Amino acid sequence: MPAAEPKLRQTCLHDLHAKLGAKMVEFGGWNMPVHYTGILDEHQAVRTAAGLFDISHMGQVFVSGTAAEAWLNTMLSNDIRQLSSGEGQYTLLLNEAGGILDDLLVYRLEDKDYLLVLNASRIEDDLAWLKKSAVANADISFEPGAQAGLALQGPQAESILEKVFPAEFHFPKRNEILATTHGRHSVLISRTGYTGEDGFELFAPAEAAEDLWNSILKEGAGRGCKPAGLGARDTLRLEASLPLYGHELSPSISPLEAGLAFFTSFDKPEKFIGRDALRQQKEKGVSRKLAAFTTTGPGAPPRAGYPVLKDGKNIGEVTSGAFAPTLKTGIGFALLDAAHAAPGTPISIEIRGNLIPAATAKRPLYKRPAS
Amino acid sequence: MNIPDSLRYTESHEWIRLDGATAIVGVTDHAQSELSDVVFVELPKPGKTAAARDAVAVVESVKAASDIYAPLAGEITEANAALSANPALINTDPYGEGWIFKMKIADPAQAAALKDAKAYAAHIGK
Repeated sequence: MPAAEPKLRQTCLHDLHAKLGAKMVEFGGWNMPVHYTGILDEHQAVRTAAGLFDISHMGQVFVSGTAAEAWLNTMLSNDIRQLSSGEGQYTLLLNEAGGILDDLLVYRLEDKDYLLVLNASRIEDDLAWLKKSAVANADISFEPGAQAGLALQGPQAESILEKVFPAEFHFPKRNEILATTHGRHSVLISRTGYTGEDGFELFAPAEAAEDLWNSILKEGAGRGCKPAGLGARDTLRLEASLPLYGHELSPSISPLEAGLAFFTSFDKPEKFIGRDALRQQKEKGVSRKLAAFTTTGPGAPPRAGYPVLKDGKNIGEVTSGAFAPTLKTGIGFALLDAAHAAPGTPISIEIRGNLIPAATAKRPLYKRPAS
Repeated sequence: MNIPDSLRYTESHEWIRLDGATAIVGVTDHAQSELSDVVFVELPKPGKTAAARDAVAVVESVKAASDIYAPLAGEITEANAALSANPALINTDPYGEGWIFKMKIADPAQAAALKDAKAYAAHIGK
């Protein structure tokens, strides 16, 4: 494994990762932990107890002002008017052709204040895109390195955070975001995540990050909580059938092709960028569709780029694939000819010349047990 | 990091145990640690001939697929079937039960060109 190049960026928790013995990899221009104790171990911790992730590489962009709501509604595909203060939603940044520039969570913090959480590799391009269309009274603020992000995911997440934060704090419901404090620092906590488990994402000033990280690990140690890296994050999100930018999502894929039409609002008062192109696509129908799949026979795990066949004919390509630690089979996403993308379609994945039997499946592949 | 003195090593992190013209091949402790959890091994077919540095097997960890190369030219004589049921043997016992294949080496004298334990330790910066 090549050593990290010096030009890679580091999060404010970098020294802690080193102390914990993390193996580091390059991800979207950042030097990030891929695992600490092992991907399977960390994956299992999140499914059964809790895992703590550093997500400080993600871009926390604040937008505020009297015009922010209307302007963001032209820039983002979902309808933020549906958000009350303290609520968030999954949404997409699209180009004029309806291609996906980024996928993100947007929160309405206060009436006229918003937080956007961007993919690390997309921050610069997204900011340039937003600023190109900026309007008065919708101020965009992003300070590189100023904010830290932590994700605590798993069935034990709430009981651990109850020990970390003031006793009177009531934790947010799914997709809600609330402010609290840790020591002298303010912390925003949302009930969101990228693992398919219950869990929280914490947004705080960078100088609060080490204390917060250590408190959570200390309180979580007796409950099976472990630090977790990007490796487990990837297998967890794939089992939960959550797309990853750069694999499932790109400027050449539309929300309709990606199965994300639910997060586009054609009816909101503002016309969002890409709407007309999507409307045309909707009328004509799409020729490709993203599908989740599982392998149904023995063989090597599927990986991004492997061809997908049906009756000997190429019908698409795997966009992400892995051995699924909880489902104990090969799983992934594939971009397929729309005719063969319906759940339950038998397909084959070509892996180094061998055809591995598989079938498309309903999303999500993994659904957490009802609590 | 465990690097037994009795073995020879390649730059691509295979180890080789030579007994006359017969060799046992696996991946090093360092390699299994870098790969992390091994979940699948594509074994070579006995009878296959390989030149030195030909890819003959594939070790799949949770994250990625890695080629395993023949350290020397020769013919594959046996593959470790135990890895089909339990690929994690590569993680738990890389120099023992986690061996990957045996081969008949065409010219055992070539083994002198492979790294000894000290040279391999230097190669991985230990």
